Amino acid sequence: MLNYVWMGMLVIGFFVGILNGRVEEVTKAAINSAGKAVELGIGLLGIMCLWTGLMNIAEKSGMMQYISRALKPVLKFLFPDIPEKHPAMGAIVMNLAANFLGLGNAATPLGLKAMSELQKLNRHKDTATDSMCMFLVLNTAAIQLIPATVIAIRTKFNSQNPEEIIGTVWIASICATIAGIIAAKVLSAVRSKGRRA
Amino acid sequence: MEAVKIVSSYAIPGIFLVILGVGVYRDVKVFDVFVDGAKEGVATVVRIIPSLVGLMVAVGVFRASGALDLLIYATRPVASFLGIPSEAMPLAFMRPISGSASLALVSDIIEANGPDSFVGRVVSTMMGSTETIFYTLTVYFGSVGIKNIRYTLVAALIADTVSIIASVLACRMVFGM
Repeated sequence: MLNYVWMGMLVIGFFVGILNGRVEEVTKAAINSAGKAVELGIGLLGIMCLWTGLMNIAEKSGMMQYISRALKPVLKFLFPDIPEKHPAMGAIVMNLAANFLGLGNAATPLGLKAMSELQKLNRHKDTATDSMCMFLVLNTAAIQLIPATVIAIRTKFNSQNPEEIIGTVWIASICATIAGIIAAKVLSAVRSKGRRA
Repeated sequence: MEAVKIVSSYAIPGIFLVILGVGVYRDVKVFDVFVDGAKEGVATVVRIIPSLVGLMVAVGVFRASGALDLLIYATRPVASFLGIPSEAMPLAFMRPISGSASLALVSDIIEANGPDSFVGRVVSTMMGSTETIFYTLTVYFGSVGIKNIRYTLVAALIADTVSIIASVLACRMVFGM
Protein backbone atom coordinates (compact mmCIF):
# COMPACT_ATOMS: atom_id res chain seq x y z
CA MET A 1 0.00 0.00 0.00
CA LEU A 2 2.79 2.40 0.91
CA ASN A 3 4.28 1.76 -2.54
CA TYR A 4 1.21 3.34 -4.14
CA VAL A 5 1.00 6.18 -1.62
CA TRP A 6 4.66 7.07 -2.09
CA MET A 7 4.54 6.92 -5.87
CA GLY A 8 1.24 8.80 -5.88
CA MET A 9 2.62 11.66 -3.80
CA LEU A 10 5.69 12.00 -6.00
CA VAL A 11 3.90 11.71 -9.34
CA ILE A 12 1.02 13.99 -8.32
CA GLY A 13 3.50 16.38 -6.71
CA PHE A 14 5.70 16.71 -9.80
CA PHE A 15 2.67 16.88 -12.09
CA VAL A 16 0.90 19.59 -10.08
CA GLY A 17 4.22 21.40 -9.73
CA ILE A 18 4.64 21.52 -13.51
CA LEU A 19 1.04 22.70 -13.99
CA ASN A 20 1.50 25.36 -11.30
CA GLY A 21 4.72 26.56 -12.85
CA ARG A 22 6.63 25.70 -9.70
CA VAL A 23 9.13 23.29 -11.23
CA GLU A 24 12.13 24.93 -9.62
CA GLU A 25 10.58 25.01 -6.15
CA VAL A 26 9.62 21.36 -6.47
CA THR A 27 13.10 20.34 -7.55
CA LYS A 28 14.63 22.32 -4.71
CA ALA A 29 12.18 20.76 -2.24
CA ALA A 30 13.09 17.25 -3.41
CA ILE A 31 16.78 17.82 -2.86
CA ASN A 32 16.40 19.75 0.41
CA SER A 33 14.02 17.19 1.88
CA ALA A 34 16.55 14.40 1.50
CA GLY A 35 18.93 16.38 3.69
CA LYS A 36 16.13 17.28 6.09
CA ALA A 37 15.30 13.60 6.57
CA VAL A 38 18.81 12.89 7.77
CA GLU A 39 18.64 15.95 10.06
CA LEU A 40 15.36 14.68 11.47
CA GLY A 41 16.90 11.27 12.07
CA ILE A 42 19.83 12.83 13.90
CA GLY A 43 17.45 15.09 15.82
CA LEU A 44 15.56 11.99 16.97
CA LEU A 45 18.72 10.14 17.90
CA GLY A 46 19.35 11.72 21.29
CA ILE A 47 15.91 11.38 22.77
CA MET A 48 15.37 7.92 21.27
CA CYS A 49 18.59 6.70 22.95
CA LEU A 50 17.58 8.30 26.22
CA TRP A 51 14.20 6.66 26.03
CA THR A 52 15.22 3.17 24.90
CA GLY A 53 17.98 3.26 27.54
CA LEU A 54 15.57 4.15 30.31
CA MET A 55 13.07 1.58 29.11
CA ASN A 56 15.77 -1.07 29.11
CA ILE A 57 16.16 -0.42 32.85
CA ALA A 58 12.38 -0.78 33.20
CA GLU A 59 12.45 -4.07 31.29
CA LYS A 60 15.40 -5.54 33.20
CA SER A 61 13.89 -4.63 36.57
CA GLY A 62 10.71 -6.51 35.77
CA MET A 63 8.34 -3.56 35.27
CA MET A 64 6.56 -5.47 32.53
CA GLN A 65 5.61 -8.14 35.07
CA TYR A 66 4.21 -5.50 37.45
CA ILE A 67 2.13 -3.95 34.69
CA SER A 68 1.00 -7.39 33.51
CA ARG A 69 -0.24 -8.28 36.98
CA ALA A 70 -2.21 -5.03 37.17
CA LEU A 71 -3.77 -5.69 33.75
CA LYS A 72 -4.90 -9.30 34.44
CA PRO A 73 -8.42 -8.57 35.79
CA VAL A 74 -9.24 -6.27 32.87
CA LEU A 75 -8.03 -8.86 30.39
CA LYS A 76 -10.33 -11.54 31.77
CA PHE A 77 -13.25 -9.34 30.78
CA LEU A 78 -11.79 -8.54 27.35
CA PHE A 79 -10.82 -12.13 26.47
CA PRO A 80 -13.50 -14.39 27.98
CA ASP A 81 -12.63 -17.19 25.52
CA ILE A 82 -9.08 -17.72 26.74
CA PRO A 83 -8.68 -20.26 29.57
CA GLU A 84 -7.18 -18.83 32.77
CA LYS A 85 -3.70 -20.37 32.65
CA HIS A 86 -3.31 -20.49 28.86
CA PRO A 87 0.04 -19.13 27.53
CA ALA A 88 -1.91 -16.88 25.11
CA MET A 89 -2.95 -14.68 28.04
CA GLY A 90 0.64 -14.27 29.21
CA ALA A 91 1.84 -13.28 25.75
CA ILE A 92 -1.02 -10.79 25.29
CA VAL A 93 -0.37 -9.13 28.64
CA MET A 94 3.36 -8.86 28.02
CA ASN A 95 2.79 -7.44 24.54
CA LEU A 96 0.41 -4.77 25.85
CA ALA A 97 2.83 -3.89 28.66
CA ALA A 98 5.70 -3.58 26.16
CA ASN A 99 3.58 -1.34 23.92
CA PHE A 100 2.62 0.78 26.90
CA LEU A 101 6.28 1.37 27.71
CA GLY A 102 7.08 2.05 24.05
CA LEU A 103 9.32 -1.04 23.73
CA GLY A 104 8.60 -1.57 20.05
CA ASN A 105 11.35 -4.16 19.60
CA ALA A 106 10.04 -6.30 22.45
CA ALA A 107 6.38 -5.82 21.58
CA THR A 108 6.37 -7.33 18.09
CA PRO A 109 7.80 -10.80 18.92
CA LEU A 110 5.47 -11.00 21.95
CA GLY A 111 2.54 -10.04 19.75
CA LEU A 112 3.40 -12.70 17.18
CA LYS A 113 3.71 -15.24 20.01
CA ALA A 114 0.28 -14.20 21.26
CA MET A 115 -1.19 -14.68 17.78
CA SER A 116 0.25 -18.19 17.42
CA GLU A 117 -1.07 -19.14 20.88
CA LEU A 118 -4.49 -17.73 19.97
CA GLN A 119 -4.38 -19.71 16.74
CA LYS A 120 -4.05 -22.93 18.78
CA LEU A 121 -7.39 -22.11 20.41
CA ASN A 122 -8.96 -21.39 17.02
CA ARG A 123 -11.27 -23.98 15.47
CA HIS A 124 -11.50 -22.35 12.02
CA LYS A 125 -7.87 -21.79 11.13
CA ASP A 126 -8.43 -19.20 8.40
CA THR A 127 -10.92 -17.07 10.34
CA ALA A 128 -10.10 -14.67 13.16
CA THR A 129 -11.53 -15.41 16.61
CA ASP A 130 -13.12 -12.74 18.81
CA SER A 131 -10.00 -12.79 20.98
CA MET A 132 -7.75 -12.13 17.98
CA CYS A 133 -9.90 -9.21 16.84
CA MET A 134 -9.90 -7.73 20.35
CA PHE A 135 -6.15 -8.18 20.67
CA LEU A 136 -5.46 -6.38 17.41
CA VAL A 137 -7.87 -3.56 18.17
CA LEU A 138 -6.09 -3.01 21.50
CA ASN A 139 -2.79 -3.08 19.67
CA THR A 140 -3.74 -0.48 17.06
CA ALA A 141 -5.20 1.87 19.68
CA ALA A 142 -2.13 1.33 21.88
CA ILE A 143 -1.82 3.56 24.92
CA GLN A 144 1.71 4.90 25.19
CA LEU A 145 3.21 6.15 28.42
CA ILE A 146 5.54 8.66 26.74
CA PRO A 147 5.25 9.53 23.02
CA ALA A 148 9.03 9.93 22.72
CA THR A 149 9.23 10.43 18.94
CA VAL A 150 6.71 13.26 18.93
CA ILE A 151 8.47 14.97 21.82
CA ALA A 152 11.74 14.72 19.88
CA ILE A 153 10.20 16.35 16.79
CA ARG A 154 8.69 19.14 18.89
CA THR A 155 12.06 19.73 20.54
CA LYS A 156 13.77 19.88 17.16
CA PHE A 157 11.45 22.66 16.00
CA ASN A 158 12.06 24.69 19.18
CA SER A 159 8.84 24.08 21.06
CA GLN A 160 8.66 26.10 24.30
CA ASN A 161 7.22 23.07 26.00
CA PRO A 162 7.78 19.87 24.00
CA GLU A 163 6.27 17.52 26.59
CA GLU A 164 3.03 19.48 27.06
CA ILE A 165 1.20 17.07 24.73
CA ILE A 166 1.67 14.04 27.01
CA GLY A 167 -1.63 14.72 28.79
CA THR A 168 -3.61 15.18 25.58
CA VAL A 169 -2.04 12.04 24.09
CA TRP A 170 -3.20 10.06 27.12
CA ILE A 171 -6.74 11.46 26.88
CA ALA A 172 -6.98 10.73 23.15
CA SER A 173 -5.56 7.22 23.39
CA ILE A 174 -7.77 6.26 26.33
CA CYS A 175 -10.82 7.45 24.35
CA ALA A 176 -9.61 5.46 21.32
CA THR A 177 -9.04 2.31 23.36
CA ILE A 178 -12.46 2.49 24.99
CA ALA A 179 -14.10 3.13 21.61
CA GLY A 180 -12.20 0.21 20.10
CA ILE A 181 -13.23 -2.16 22.91
CA ILE A 182 -16.89 -1.14 22.65
CA ALA A 183 -16.80 -1.42 18.86
CA ALA A 184 -15.21 -4.88 19.00
CA LYS A 185 -17.65 -6.17 21.65
CA VAL A 186 -20.71 -4.76 19.85
CA LEU A 187 -19.64 -5.97 16.40
CA SER A 188 -18.91 -9.43 17.76
CA ALA A 189 -22.35 -9.61 19.42
CA VAL A 190 -24.13 -8.35 16.30
CA ARG A 191 -22.36 -10.78 13.99
CA SER A 192 -22.92 -13.83 16.16
CA LYS A 193 -26.62 -13.01 16.54
CA GLY A 194 -26.82 -12.71 12.74
CA ARG A 195 -25.26 -16.13 12.32
CA ARG A 196 -27.69 -17.83 14.69
CA ALA A 197 -30.78 -16.31 13.07
CA MET B 1 -7.72 21.60 32.59
CA GLU B 2 -4.67 22.95 34.39
CA ALA B 3 -4.42 19.45 35.87
CA VAL B 4 -3.62 17.94 32.45
CA LYS B 5 -0.81 20.46 31.97
CA ILE B 6 0.62 19.66 35.40
CA VAL B 7 0.48 15.93 34.68
CA SER B 8 2.32 16.52 31.39
CA SER B 9 5.12 18.47 33.00
CA TYR B 10 5.65 16.01 35.87
CA ALA B 11 5.30 12.87 33.71
CA ILE B 12 8.91 12.57 32.58
CA PRO B 13 10.64 13.29 35.92
CA GLY B 14 8.10 11.01 37.60
CA ILE B 15 8.75 8.13 35.22
CA PHE B 16 12.51 8.55 35.59
CA LEU B 17 12.26 8.38 39.38
CA VAL B 18 9.95 5.36 39.37
CA ILE B 19 12.04 3.38 36.88
CA LEU B 20 15.36 4.22 38.54
CA GLY B 21 13.85 3.45 41.94
CA VAL B 22 12.54 0.04 40.89
CA GLY B 23 15.84 -0.65 39.09
CA VAL B 24 17.93 0.04 42.18
CA TYR B 25 15.49 -1.91 44.35
CA ARG B 26 15.80 -4.88 41.99
CA ASP B 27 19.62 -4.66 41.96
CA VAL B 28 19.85 -3.71 38.29
CA LYS B 29 23.14 -2.08 37.23
CA VAL B 30 21.22 0.93 36.04
CA PHE B 31 23.84 2.80 34.04
CA ASP B 32 25.19 -0.27 32.22
CA VAL B 33 21.69 -1.39 31.35
CA PHE B 34 20.83 2.14 30.23
CA VAL B 35 23.78 2.25 27.83
CA ASP B 36 22.87 -1.15 26.44
CA GLY B 37 19.33 0.00 25.77
CA ALA B 38 20.48 3.31 24.28
CA LYS B 39 22.46 1.36 21.67
CA GLU B 40 19.19 -0.12 20.53
CA GLY B 41 17.89 3.43 20.08
CA VAL B 42 20.76 4.21 17.71
CA ALA B 43 20.02 1.09 15.69
CA THR B 44 16.31 1.94 15.46
CA VAL B 45 16.91 5.49 14.27
CA VAL B 46 19.61 4.52 11.78
CA ARG B 47 17.28 1.84 10.41
CA ILE B 48 14.47 4.32 9.67
CA ILE B 49 16.64 7.02 8.04
CA PRO B 50 16.50 5.52 4.50
CA SER B 51 12.70 5.32 4.55
CA LEU B 52 12.53 8.81 6.06
CA VAL B 53 14.60 10.12 3.14
CA GLY B 54 12.20 8.59 0.62
CA LEU B 55 9.11 9.78 2.44
CA MET B 56 10.31 13.29 3.32
CA VAL B 57 11.21 13.85 -0.33
CA ALA B 58 7.70 12.77 -1.32
CA VAL B 59 6.11 15.03 1.32
CA GLY B 60 8.41 17.92 0.37
CA VAL B 61 7.55 17.63 -3.33
CA PHE B 62 3.88 17.27 -2.50
CA ARG B 63 3.91 20.47 -0.43
CA ALA B 64 6.13 22.60 -2.68
CA SER B 65 4.07 21.80 -5.78
CA GLY B 66 0.88 23.07 -4.18
CA ALA B 67 -0.67 19.60 -4.24
CA LEU B 68 -0.83 19.52 -0.43
CA ASP B 69 -2.79 22.77 -0.42
CA LEU B 70 -5.18 21.29 -2.97
CA LEU B 71 -5.68 18.21 -0.80
CA ILE B 72 -6.23 20.35 2.30
CA TYR B 73 -8.68 22.50 0.34
CA ALA B 74 -10.54 19.47 -1.03
CA THR B 75 -10.93 17.85 2.39
CA ARG B 76 -11.99 21.08 4.11
CA PRO B 77 -15.73 20.11 4.19
CA VAL B 78 -14.91 16.80 5.93
CA ALA B 79 -12.50 18.58 8.28
CA SER B 80 -14.99 21.24 9.30
CA PHE B 81 -17.72 18.60 9.68
CA LEU B 82 -15.52 16.68 12.14
CA GLY B 83 -14.12 19.85 13.71
CA ILE B 84 -10.53 19.04 12.71
CA PRO B 85 -8.15 21.82 11.58
CA SER B 86 -7.76 21.20 7.84
CA GLU B 87 -3.95 21.31 7.97
CA ALA B 88 -4.13 18.14 10.11
CA MET B 89 -6.27 16.21 7.60
CA PRO B 90 -3.40 14.75 5.55
CA LEU B 91 -2.04 13.19 8.73
CA ALA B 92 -5.45 11.76 9.61
CA PHE B 93 -5.40 9.87 6.30
CA MET B 94 -1.76 8.84 6.51
CA ARG B 95 -1.63 7.66 10.13
CA PRO B 96 -3.37 4.28 9.65
CA ILE B 97 -1.31 3.52 6.53
CA SER B 98 2.31 4.12 7.49
CA GLY B 99 4.20 5.07 10.63
CA SER B 100 7.29 6.49 8.93
CA ALA B 101 5.23 8.41 6.36
CA SER B 102 3.25 9.90 9.26
CA LEU B 103 6.50 10.84 10.94
CA ALA B 104 7.61 12.64 7.78
CA LEU B 105 4.24 14.43 7.57
CA VAL B 106 4.17 15.42 11.25
CA SER B 107 7.63 16.87 10.96
CA ASP B 108 6.59 18.79 7.84
CA ILE B 109 3.35 20.10 9.38
CA ILE B 110 5.10 21.13 12.60
CA GLU B 111 7.82 22.90 10.65
CA ALA B 112 5.22 24.78 8.59
CA ASN B 113 2.85 25.71 11.44
CA GLY B 114 5.10 25.79 14.51
CA PRO B 115 5.12 23.18 17.30
CA ASP B 116 3.20 25.38 19.74
CA SER B 117 0.44 26.40 17.33
CA PHE B 118 -2.97 24.77 17.67
CA VAL B 119 -2.35 22.66 14.55
CA GLY B 120 1.10 21.70 15.83
CA ARG B 121 -0.35 20.48 19.12
CA VAL B 122 -3.18 18.61 17.41
CA VAL B 123 -0.90 16.73 15.01
CA SER B 124 1.49 15.92 17.88
CA THR B 125 -1.39 14.45 19.86
CA MET B 126 -2.74 12.54 16.86
CA MET B 127 0.69 11.09 16.11
CA GLY B 128 1.15 9.93 19.71
CA SER B 129 -2.27 8.42 20.21
CA THR B 130 -2.72 6.02 17.28
CA GLU B 131 -0.87 3.19 15.64
CA THR B 132 -0.36 2.07 12.08
CA ILE B 133 -3.45 -0.07 11.61
CA PHE B 134 -2.88 -1.66 8.20
CA TYR B 135 0.69 -2.68 8.93
CA THR B 136 -0.14 -4.25 12.29
CA LEU B 137 -3.12 -6.17 10.91
CA THR B 138 -1.12 -7.46 7.93
CA VAL B 139 1.84 -8.63 9.99
CA TYR B 140 -0.10 -10.15 12.89
CA PHE B 141 -2.82 -11.91 10.91
CA GLY B 142 -0.36 -12.86 8.19
CA SER B 143 1.91 -14.59 10.72
CA VAL B 144 -0.74 -17.23 11.49
CA GLY B 145 -2.40 -17.41 8.08
CA ILE B 146 -5.77 -15.82 8.94
CA LYS B 147 -7.66 -14.84 5.78
CA ASN B 148 -11.01 -13.71 7.19
CA ILE B 149 -10.33 -10.91 9.70
CA ARG B 150 -14.08 -10.30 10.30
CA TYR B 151 -14.79 -6.97 12.04
CA THR B 152 -11.21 -6.16 13.09
CA LEU B 153 -10.56 -3.44 10.50
CA VAL B 154 -13.90 -1.75 11.15
CA ALA B 155 -13.35 -1.69 14.92
CA ALA B 156 -9.76 -0.46 14.50
CA LEU B 157 -10.85 2.34 12.17
CA ILE B 158 -13.59 3.36 14.61
CA ALA B 159 -10.94 3.59 17.35
CA ASP B 160 -8.72 5.58 14.99
CA THR B 161 -11.48 8.07 14.12
CA VAL B 162 -12.31 8.52 17.80
CA SER B 163 -8.67 9.19 18.59
CA ILE B 164 -8.48 11.86 15.88
CA ILE B 165 -11.58 13.65 17.13
CA ALA B 166 -10.52 13.22 20.76
CA SER B 167 -7.10 14.70 19.94
CA VAL B 168 -8.72 17.88 18.64
CA LEU B 169 -11.15 18.13 21.55
CA ALA B 170 -8.47 17.44 24.15
CA CYS B 171 -6.17 20.11 22.66
CA ARG B 172 -9.03 22.59 22.53
CA MET B 173 -9.92 21.93 26.17
CA VAL B 174 -6.37 21.93 27.51
CA PHE B 175 -4.71 24.64 25.42
CA GLY B 176 -7.68 26.63 24.11
CA MET B 177 -7.80 27.63 20.44
